[in-house]
Formats: sequence, structure tokens, C-alpha cells
Amino acid sequence: MTKMIGQRAIASLLSLLGLMILVFFLSRLTGDPAVLFLPIDATEEMKQQFRALHGLDLPLIEQFARYVWDLLHFDFGESLRKARPAIDVVLEAYAWTLPLALITMGLVITTAIVLGSLAAFNVGGFFDRLVSIVSLVGASAPDFWIAIVAIVVFSIGLGWVPTSGVGTPLHWVLPIAVLFIRPFGLVVQVVRGSMLSALGAPYVKTARAKGVKNLPLIFVHTLRNGMLPVITVIGDQAAALLNGAVIVETIFGFPGVGKLMIDSILQRDFNVVLAAIMVTAVAIFIMNILIDLAYGLLDPRIRH
Amino acid sequence: MSEPLLSVKNLSVDFHTARGTVHAVKNVSWSISRGETLAILGESGSGKSVSANAVMNLLDIPPAEIVSGEIIYEGKDLLKVDYETHRALNGKKIAMIFQDPLGHLNPVYTVGWQIVEMMTAHGRPADMARARALELIKRVGIPEPEKAMGKYPHQFSGGQRQRLMIAMALMLKPDILIADEPTTALDVTIQAEVLALLKELQAETGMALVLITHDLGVVAEIADRVVVMNKGEIVEAGLTREVYHNPKHAYTRKLIDAAPGKGEIKLLDPAAPLLLDAKKLNKTYGSFAALKDVSLTLARGQSLAVVGESGSGKSTLARTLLRLEEADSGEALWKGRDLITMGRSELLGVRRQIQMVFQDPTQSLNPRMSVYQLIAEGWDIHKLMPDKSKRRAKVIELLEQVGLSAEHVDRYPHQFSGGQRQRIAIARALALEPELIICDEAVSALDVSIQAQVIALLDDLRQRLGISFLFIAHDLGVVRDFADTVIVMKSGEIVERGPTAQIFEAPQHPYTQRLLAANLDPDPDVQAERRASLTHG
Repeated sequence: MTKMIGQRAIASLLSLLGLMILVFFLSRLTGDPAVLFLPIDATEEMKQQFRALHGLDLPLIEQFARYVWDLLHFDFGESLRKARPAIDVVLEAYAWTLPLALITMGLVITTAIVLGSLAAFNVGGFFDRLVSIVSLVGASAPDFWIAIVAIVVFSIGLGWVPTSGVGTPLHWVLPIAVLFIRPFGLVVQVVRGSMLSALGAPYVKTARAKGVKNLPLIFVHTLRNGMLPVITVIGDQAAALLNGAVIVETIFGFPGVGKLMIDSILQRDFNVVLAAIMVTAVAIFIMNILIDLAYGLLDPRIRH
Repeated sequence: MSEPLLSVKNLSVDFHTARGTVHAVKNVSWSISRGETLAILGESGSGKSVSANAVMNLLDIPPAEIVSGEIIYEGKDLLKVDYETHRALNGKKIAMIFQDPLGHLNPVYTVGWQIVEMMTAHGRPADMARARALELIKRVGIPEPEKAMGKYPHQFSGGQRQRLMIAMALMLKPDILIADEPTTALDVTIQAEVLALLKELQAETGMALVLITHDLGVVAEIADRVVVMNKGEIVEAGLTREVYHNPKHAYTRKLIDAAPGKGEIKLLDPAAPLLLDAKKLNKTYGSFAALKDVSLTLARGQSLAVVGESGSGKSTLARTLLRLEEADSGEALWKGRDLITMGRSELLGVRRQIQMVFQDPTQSLNPRMSVYQLIAEGWDIHKLMPDKSKRRAKVIELLEQVGLSAEHVDRYPHQFSGGQRQRIAIARALALEPELIICDEAVSALDVSIQAQVIALLDDLRQRLGISFLFIAHDLGVVRDFADTVIVMKSGEIVERGPTAQIFEAPQHPYTQRLLAANLDPDPDVQAERRASLTHG
């Protein structure tokens, strides 16, 4: 187990390095920040000055070498826009994205597991069909559309919650609700399928022959076995949320890392983009290790 | 005789499947009293497990439907009581153990937890359950009960897992224990131990034992009474001895006649030319020695059986000879050429001459290929039968050789029964006109009556076509009927070898003697004699 985690860590570090190279060079291909950043009537001299100040006049390879050198000292450079260390800007945004992702995934996991398991147990019944339809709709509805409709109905129409921004707990309701729908639909379907096959396993028959009651039969005997494929999907969905829910954060004006990333890309704020990507990658890498640990925790055969 | 403890009366169960309704059991009645052992004997698909599953409320309804009947226990009809009443009986009054203890124990919980749960699920306090679990784990013969409680099912051997299942079933001192093929997946010596344990525990507790099995030997060893099932119906019922010695129904007679181990023992033709000469084969996996200095010879038309329990290295031997595994050292001369060091292209030619038939035809036949494709595939690989127009006729000829017919050519494996599938696998091997066929437990998964047919077919091929057989098996009865020479393997070594008659009638090595003693005879009297000699000797 420890060996496996170690191997995963090394592989993740290598891919982080690859990612860093890729993003650095790709971002330089999109346009000149001096043109974008300075006013439209800026003189060539002003542009030169700007480039010199930020090291943008150096050869690309030298810019990259400097960048790597700084990274090794945990220095992601300054944000061009905000004149503050890029890493601070990113971590600040993460302070919004992280709770958003955690609360959403927490809700997804609990509801999807309970509903998916019960649906599998009552396979073919009314409850099963209802859950299947709801989850299918949830998994296939586009979130930008749901977000806009939700604003129209609940904010503008009914006036229950604010349209956008942050500040009160009410501001969180719509972003969480909209982000919840897709992963919920997907995870319910995976839970249902996985539980269906797990419920057909011989050990479930043994439990029934022992006189185990239905609830422990489902949630103690079967669920732990049925969770293994589910964890993979949960990890996948959580990764998408950690990336910052770009669309939903933008629509709701939520100052998370997704919105920050879009804004920084539009403004050619390279350092922020790079810092955001690196921090996200580290977060996903940590989460993958947690998932590996969860596998081992759930299934002793992996542990041994 | 007093009122029976449990009686199943006129039970009929249907299964509604996509292909129509199957009458799984029809008007089945049996009963059992305290302290008694009843065997329900039948082949696959006979419906022998259905009534027991109905007793335990384990049938999935739908697709199952209980058409009629009643199951009376303590004056109540178990088919009419509510779910909660039935649940409270399960495990507490009527417990059940199953064929495959690895699958039937939950892989992600410790065995201690699972055994303790048998009592806590019925409202007993956990500390009391733990004490009882320790006592029973010790009683069923698991070493270091305290430690065993904290281990997971995969950390035990097959026999130990079945012992743990038995311990779990006995936690609440049930009135009735239903055992569904409890020893089918176990080696013969382990089977004998588990059956003995069941009998001892029955004597201690006075519980009734319902044993579902396909094995006449198991019936002879343990059952007082037997009901014989065929196609969902009970065709015969009575005391075990009477049914064995005076079977009234044709099906029972057929079953008893098909039981292997009674035919004439074959003799090796001493003049037959040598085909395979293997010397000092060794194979290790890490620190585990799977083969230790194994040597054997095989002549044309010879049927050499390799017997031994799981893990003895008999399958590794076959795989090494076929070069599916690389031997660490040793040589295997096939008509004078060494298989172990042979180059790839020469090996391809030899592989045509040596074919293999595996245990499970369901897995060894590609489900997406028709019978024609399955059999003709080898010709493409070995560039034989270039005239494709003649292939179809040849496939039909091969099918007829194994007892199938032209109408089967374009069907797919799932459209056949297990025995027919194994015939297809044999036809596939024959297509390449092999000189040696290696059968790895080729008849173990088949019903007794089918087993006899397949053995007869193989023997016919041996005599007619002069094909040699390397026959890997754990069932000594089958080996006695088919082989002319026997090799006994244990822990990667050959402990004894000799003509079949010598091995079966005068075994020298203690391990061979132990294997033979554990092998169950279908005759209850023979079994009773053996038991008596064991207890007094």
C-alpha cells in the first residue's frame, strides 16, 4: 500500500512537471500581454518598458528557466493585473472554491448513495424508476442552462435568493444546487448499477440466510463492496469541481478559482493562470492519493 | 416416528424467464426430523436447491413464483408468514451453508465480525456473541481463534473457510442446518474432514441436517435418507442403503451406474512407442516451488493420469509441457526433440500435435464464435485445410465423432449444455489431428451421467485414433476408469507412480493411501465399513 502511494506520488510529480512545461509555452502562444494590458494608445516605448519590467523581452527559453527557478522557491511571480503575488490571488480564490466543492460533493455523495442503493434494492419498482429518470435528467441537463433558469425562477421570479455575488449563506444556495445536479445524476446511476451487481453476490445470500435485516443488508453488507467503482466516479466529479466550476462561478459571480482562471486568461495574466493550474493540479493529485487510500480502507484485499 | 421438524409439502415453483416459464420444481415433498440427515440428490438443473431456498425465503420473487405448496415448521406455514417472522427464523432456527465459502463470505469484513453478526442480528449482546464465536471457531478446528477472528476470508484456505461458515451457522444452535453442496469445491481429503465435522456437530447438537448434493459418495457417507430429484421432480425417496441397493426409478439406476470407479482397470500396452519423455522439470514462482524434479514418460495411446490436490502442481506440469509456462530447468523430449528449448516456429508445429481441453468449456470457448468458427480456427493458425469448401464437411465429421450432429454447426456455445460444450472443445482439439491431448480437469465440471459419456468418448478416441492422454484430475473414480498409468503429485513432487491397478489396489505412499481413503464410495455399506475401520483401527 505504502509502495503504491509512493509510486503514485512520483508519477504525479512527473505529470506536474509536464503540465508546467505545456502550459507555460501554450500560454505564450496566445498573444502579447503588453498589447492586451496597456491602453490601446500606448506607445511602442511604453510597451517595451512593460516587457522589460516583466521579463517578457527575454528569449522564451530564458523566461521559462527563470520561471522554473522561481517555482522551486515557491515563487509564482506577480499578478500583472493585481500587482500582488500570483499565489496569493489563487489561494484567495481557492478559499471560495474549496468549500463550494466540498459542500457540493458531500451532498452528492450522501444523497446519491442512499437513493442509488435503495433504487437498486427495489429494482424495477416505482422508486427505482423515479430515481432512474431523475438521475438521467440530472446527468444530461447542461448546467449553464440550469443556472440561468434557476436565476430567473428563484432569484428574479420568487426573489428567494440573490442572483449573484457572495456575502450571506443565501448566496451559496444556487451555486451549490446547480453544481449538485450533474454529479448527482452520474453518481446515482453508478451507485445503482454497482449495487445491483453487488446485491446479486453470494455473500448477500448468506446475509439473508443469517436473518440480517434489510437496512444493514444494504448499507453494511453490500454498500462497502459496491462502493469501489463508485469512488472512481466520485473522484472524477470532485476533480471537475476542484478545477473551479468555470461556468457556474462565472454566471453567479462567485469569486472562485474557475472565475479567476477565466478572467486571468482573458487578461493574459500568465502568472496567475500558471499558479492556478499548478495549485489545482496539486489539489487533484492529493485527492487521487486520498482515493487510493479509500480503496485500501474499503477493501482489505487491496490492503494486503 | 414423531412429528417431523420441518416438512415441505407439494411445493411447486416456477421461474419466469425471458425464454418462457420454467417449472423449477413440481410437487416436491420431503420432511426431516430432529437428529436426522436427509440428502437431496440431483444433477445440475434438477431443482435440488430450490426447495431449500424456499425454506430460507431466498428465492427472488419475481422471477420465481411459488405456485403451490406449504412448508411447515413449528406448526406454521413458512410460505405464509410475514417477512419479519421469517427473517427472525433464518439463522436462529434454520441456518444454511453454501458451496463456495469464498464467495459466500463477505470479502470486506473480518470473519470474526461476520460470525458475531449471526448473534447480534438476532438481538444478542456483542460480548456474548464474541465468546460463543471464539468457542465455535476453536471447535471447528481453526488454529489461533483469537487471531482468526481478525482475519479476512481470503486469508484462509478453502477448507478453513467452510469450517468458518459452519461455525457461523451454528452460532445460535439452529434446529436445522441446510448444506448446499458444502464440499463440492474442496479437495477429497478436506471434503472427508468437513463431512466428519458436520457429523460430529450433529451428534453434539441433535440438529437436523439437509444436505444438497450431486455426489453419490457424499450421500453414502453422511445421509440417513435420500430423495433423488430429476427435472424438478422427486423420482425416488427412501433410506440411503435401500435406494442404493434397490433403485426403483430408471433415473436413479442411471445415476448409480454412471458413478465412476467401477469399470475394468486398463492396462498399458508395453510395446507402444515412446512419445514424450520429460526429465527433472523444475518450476518456481518466487520462493514457491511448483514443480520439483518431475519426470514422466508417455507412450502412444497411453492414458496417463496426474492426480493430486489443489496446489500440488499438476496444472503447472501441463502448462510447462505446453510451454504456456517456461520451466526453470529440465527437458521434455517430444519424439526426441526438447520442448523446453525448442524455437518458436518448431514449437508452433508441435502445438498442433499437442492439444488441450480445459475444465470449464463455458470459459474456454469464445462465446461470440459459432461452432464452425471455433473448430475451423485452428486450421487458419496452422495453415491446414486450405480448401475452404471442404472445411464444413470436415467440421460436421468431427462433430459426429464427438456425438453431435450437422445441425449444431452454426450455433453458438451458449445454446449448448455443459456436456455438449465440452464435446465441442474436444472436437476443436481433434480438428488438428493431435497425438496427445492434455485434459486439465476436463470432466470435473460435468454432471456424473455426462461425465461418464465424455470419458467413454475420450476412451473411444484413444483406441480408435491412437491418441495419448495426459489426464489431470482430482476425482479418483474417473481416473480409475480412464487411466492405465497414474502419477500422484503432492507439493510439486511425484510421490508415487505406477499402473492404475497397482495404485488403486496396493498404494505404497502414505499420501496416496490418504487420498484413496478420503475418496468416497457411492455404496453406503462400503463407506460404513471404512468408517468403522477408521474408528477401530
